[in-house]
Amino acid sequence: MSTLKPLTGAQAAAEAMRQINPDVVAAYPITPQTPIVEQFAQFVANGIVDTKTIPVESEHSAMSATVGASAAGARAMCATSSQGLALMWEVVAAVPGLRLPIVMPIVDRALSAPINIHCDHSDVMGTATIGWIQIFSENAQEVYENMLLAVKIAEDKDVLLPAMVMQDGFIISHGVENVEVFDDDKVKAFVGERNPDRYLLDVDHPYTIGPLALPDYYFEIKRQQEEAMKNAKRVYIEAGKELSKITGKTYPYFESYKLDDAEAAIVVLSSTAGTAKDTVDKMRAEGKKVGLLKPKLFRPFPYKEVREALKNIPVIGVLDRSIAFGAYAPLYAEIRNALFELDKRPKLQSYIFGLGGKDIFKSQIEKAFDELLSGDVTPEEERYIGLRG
Amino acid sequence: MSEKKGWRELMRGSDLPPASSLEYKTGSWRTLRPIWDPNKCTHCMICVAYCPDMAIPVTKSEEGVKGFNGRVFKGTVRLETNFDYCKGCGICAQECPTHAIKMVREEEAEEASK
Repeated sequence: MSTLKPLTGAQAAAEAMRQINPDVVAAYPITPQTPIVEQFAQFVANGIVDTKTIPVESEHSAMSATVGASAAGARAMCATSSQGLALMWEVVAAVPGLRLPIVMPIVDRALSAPINIHCDHSDVMGTATIGWIQIFSENAQEVYENMLLAVKIAEDKDVLLPAMVMQDGFIISHGVENVEVFDDDKVKAFVGERNPDRYLLDVDHPYTIGPLALPDYYFEIKRQQEEAMKNAKRVYIEAGKELSKITGKTYPYFESYKLDDAEAAIVVLSSTAGTAKDTVDKMRAEGKKVGLLKPKLFRPFPYKEVREALKNIPVIGVLDRSIAFGAYAPLYAEIRNALFELDKRPKLQSYIFGLGGKDIFKSQIEKAFDELLSGDVTPEEERYIGLRG
Repeated sequence: MSEKKGWRELMRGSDLPPASSLEYKTGSWRTLRPIWDPNKCTHCMICVAYCPDMAIPVTKSEEGVKGFNGRVFKGTVRLETNFDYCKGCGICAQECPTHAIKMVREEEAEEASK
């Protein structure tokens, strides 16, 4: 059984948090994340969850309080966007090394400057190398289910790493959709209770967390973290299989849409994948063989599986909603990396789109597909969709 | 900490058993060694209070110890610096009201003690 509820992406995250029932949530308001914690605070005020919320004076404090709670043994969560993520960055970077399974929904928003409140991925891409599990969601439904998955993966004993669940600012976070919410009993049984093997409030078994580690130990500790990340890739699939029993859906590393016989494919994250799938349908109806790959698990990145999925496609365009200044765009770089092992590699094109919330339209994606189908690509030069010349 | 474990053997993350800082002998960081002259010491405890590493042990002495000007000091008295933890910062020498502590380069102190 399940219930259809009209929810925004933000509310879908809060709905998942209601079922997850974390012990502690510490967060600071920031557009467009605010409605997640706003909604969740109502659950707390109405006694629907027994979470302790901690009002804090900044995002740096929000993540610090979340770390403290998690180290104490609580299931602790936070939520943020853009400048908030930037302000808490110091602590965000420490969490994976402390091996605390904090789950944090991120509502993607462009980073200043110029100041902007709308969607792009420049906020989260800055954190892609520091050891958080990262799952991107296309719509409110995926936000809801990815939140449940994230808790399960993060708290797995072979992982114990923090996880971010991304959704596109405003486009998803403030847009209402029908979201299928699964029964509380089943979801609660799936996420269970956090059962840490050690925690600071267990005063009978004291230990030290977060000590200094100089050149003689730091490297070894970081190597452990990389092993946990490798395990996360396996546990993502295991947790997905378990969640399937409730939802009847599958949880692959990425969604393949009409890829099998595609002569050109686009790779794109998040909400734009929805627009791109519509474009694929339209072009397929016209007899054009195009397809789409939408990565969901971005960290750890499933290189091998992506390579298998894309190896027979003659030409691929990768659409990034952020720039890695002076380098290949973040998603493009991963796809390029994934394909390097092939003897015969597809042709590639990098596209940048939608910075600062600039809309992208089906007609623009269709134009990109037409470029790809014509073989007119410049793999070492970015192209820009929707940029005034 | 003398036997260094590989990444597979270490506790998860940088977690450690409790009170493990005792095993971390920071005395190896020292370039200057405090040479304490008990005959100039009044056992005023200023060095003990200032030492940032708690590297100056103290004890209770009923019979007393001989110190400044040949006087006998009873009660709480300091002992020789614990060189396992003394980093040689020199605060004790700076603060000692009777100049009972001198900072000497490690290699010279090493040479002198031979």
